Amino acid sequence: MKIVLRGHEPRWLAPVAVLGAVLVTIALTAIPIRLAGANPPAAFERYLVTPLSSVSGLYEVLLTATPLLFTGIAVAIAFRAGYWNIGAEGQFLLGAIGTTAVGLGLPDLPAPVALPLGFVAGAVGGLVWATLPAWLKRRAGIDEVVTTLLLNPVALLVVQGLLNGPWRNSTSGFTDSDRLGAGYDLPALIPGSRVHWGFGVAVLVVVVTGIVLARTATGVRIKAAGQAPQAAAFSGIAVGRLQWRCALVSGAIAGLGGASQVMGVQHQLTSGISNSYGYTGVIVATLGGLSALGVFLVAGLLGDISVGAQNVSLVLQVPTQLGGIFGALLMLAVLSAMSWRRYRLQWRRRPAGGTP
Amino acid sequence: MSINVLALIGAMLTIATPLVWAGIGEVIVERTGVLNLGIEGTMYLGAFVGFLTAAGTGSPWLGLLAAIASGIVAGALMGLFAVTLGLNQHVSGLGLTLLLIAACDFTFRLLYAGERPSLDNKFRAFFPDVEVLNQHWLTYVGFLVLAPAAWWLLRSTGMGYRLHAVGENFEAADVAGISVSLTRYVALMVGGALMAIGGAFLTLAVLGSFTLDIISGRGWVCIALVIFARWRAWPVVFGALIFAGTDALQLQLAITSAFSAVPGELMLALPYLAVIGALAIWGRTVRYPGSYLKAYRRG
Repeated sequence: MKIVLRGHEPRWLAPVAVLGAVLVTIALTAIPIRLAGANPPAAFERYLVTPLSSVSGLYEVLLTATPLLFTGIAVAIAFRAGYWNIGAEGQFLLGAIGTTAVGLGLPDLPAPVALPLGFVAGAVGGLVWATLPAWLKRRAGIDEVVTTLLLNPVALLVVQGLLNGPWRNSTSGFTDSDRLGAGYDLPALIPGSRVHWGFGVAVLVVVVTGIVLARTATGVRIKAAGQAPQAAAFSGIAVGRLQWRCALVSGAIAGLGGASQVMGVQHQLTSGISNSYGYTGVIVATLGGLSALGVFLVAGLLGDISVGAQNVSLVLQVPTQLGGIFGALLMLAVLSAMSWRRYRLQWRRRPAGGTP
Repeated sequence: MSINVLALIGAMLTIATPLVWAGIGEVIVERTGVLNLGIEGTMYLGAFVGFLTAAGTGSPWLGLLAAIASGIVAGALMGLFAVTLGLNQHVSGLGLTLLLIAACDFTFRLLYAGERPSLDNKFRAFFPDVEVLNQHWLTYVGFLVLAPAAWWLLRSTGMGYRLHAVGENFEAADVAGISVSLTRYVALMVGGALMAIGGAFLTLAVLGSFTLDIISGRGWVCIALVIFARWRAWPVVFGALIFAGTDALQLQLAITSAFSAVPGELMLALPYLAVIGALAIWGRTVRYPGSYLKAYRRG
């Protein structure tokens, strides 16, 4: 028995591989659920089904998916171009800082001015944070993986430094900022729910990005630069410049995510504002196949599980980190299954004497 | 403003120790052309498993053994993804880190629910009266045994040549009779063990407790150091000392009057920026291993 490459791949194989990966992930996550003393089937019902079975739960899923839509599509753009931006976490935080800066500095602006300004400030914050690695990559060829990763802990330290110093809460004295001016409160997108206009902006960004990536010449160039940089350069595409632009756009979109989270949910800057949204964005983009539709579906799924995880931790005392375990396992399992499907087991050797 | 130079050097050696262990682990892995972004999670796992075992048994030695075992398992997992399945190394390495950190946090929350446990019994430092030499044995071994041994192994032994051959040109290595998969697996497992020791040093020797921000990007620092060092052992030690020296300096400066106005967190960011700076200066014209990031498929 040995493992050989498949000659041709039947159509049903990819969906079956994904399904198998999902089942493996569920089986593996049942272990920690069991260790926490809960009944896995009952817990999975709460993780996956309960949030979607009520209107208010559905709203919470959309709310939770919002930052993941931003970071997921941000990572997807960069990865498509072959630029490994793993710094969405830091860019998200800098976006939150940018929005907080204008919100605290110009607190009295009316909403029609304040809201666009808040988003612009967030995008600028993320863009600024993405600039250094992109510039080092373009000018000196320095690996962007390392620099984007290293700037994530630095961004968190900048947030903590601001909250410990100039932005310390003036009434409570705690290490979270004052409330932003009232004009910066994103209104509810769906009346009576916590879903805010940040979700609308996220959907707009994902749709526009999806159209650009899938339907325009720029999208084709980005894909070419990412998949075959040498061939792309040979056919006249300025790969370095394209990656530089995608890196900056990616940072700006991650920054928009920070802006949306500040203006739509927290209304102040806190050191826990990111909750690993930037790193989870890598999972969203990868599982979503770097496509807009995929980012939608995966952000929704992870939002669903993360709302469920809150519920399960309250009712069944399973720590909320199970959501993180599930996301990472699912990504690794799906990637493994998709790789595996290219191979098959060969049971018998070829007849002796034949030419191979 | 006065700086105690001896205390500075002593702190620098302690801070550099986990980076030396994990950084050399990553050098061994990357020599074979595999980038292990699981390093951050492996250090976290080593710190956590070491702490958990030492807390349960009362012995830091058993904690260290358990950490080593966990690091070997983490390395083998990375082998499954990057070698056997040939997945994208950036994404699978980061996924491994996220998985390990989430799993450790989950277990920590489950076992200690909000408590801040600490070890009764951790490794003691030698020579408590001499400022610079007041170090843990893992520091001495890291600088005086591991670093020279890794240098010798990579440079002058058959094993070192095998790692290098696989990393530079795996087709040629395969033709020469070297098993690419086996070499990469061994490197990942040995490297994983070293990364886990680096993490466990923090819980078992320095802190005696486990916190959720215990690694806070030190694994990413090691990835940078390896590029800065151009995949050699001694320059990794040198780079670790740059990071640690900056960190030790900011710790001393932070308590002087001139710098008391600067928020401590901004000072804490300095060592990370120093590493980026070092990379920007010396990391410009590096030549990556020939089979870097590539999965090997025969035929």
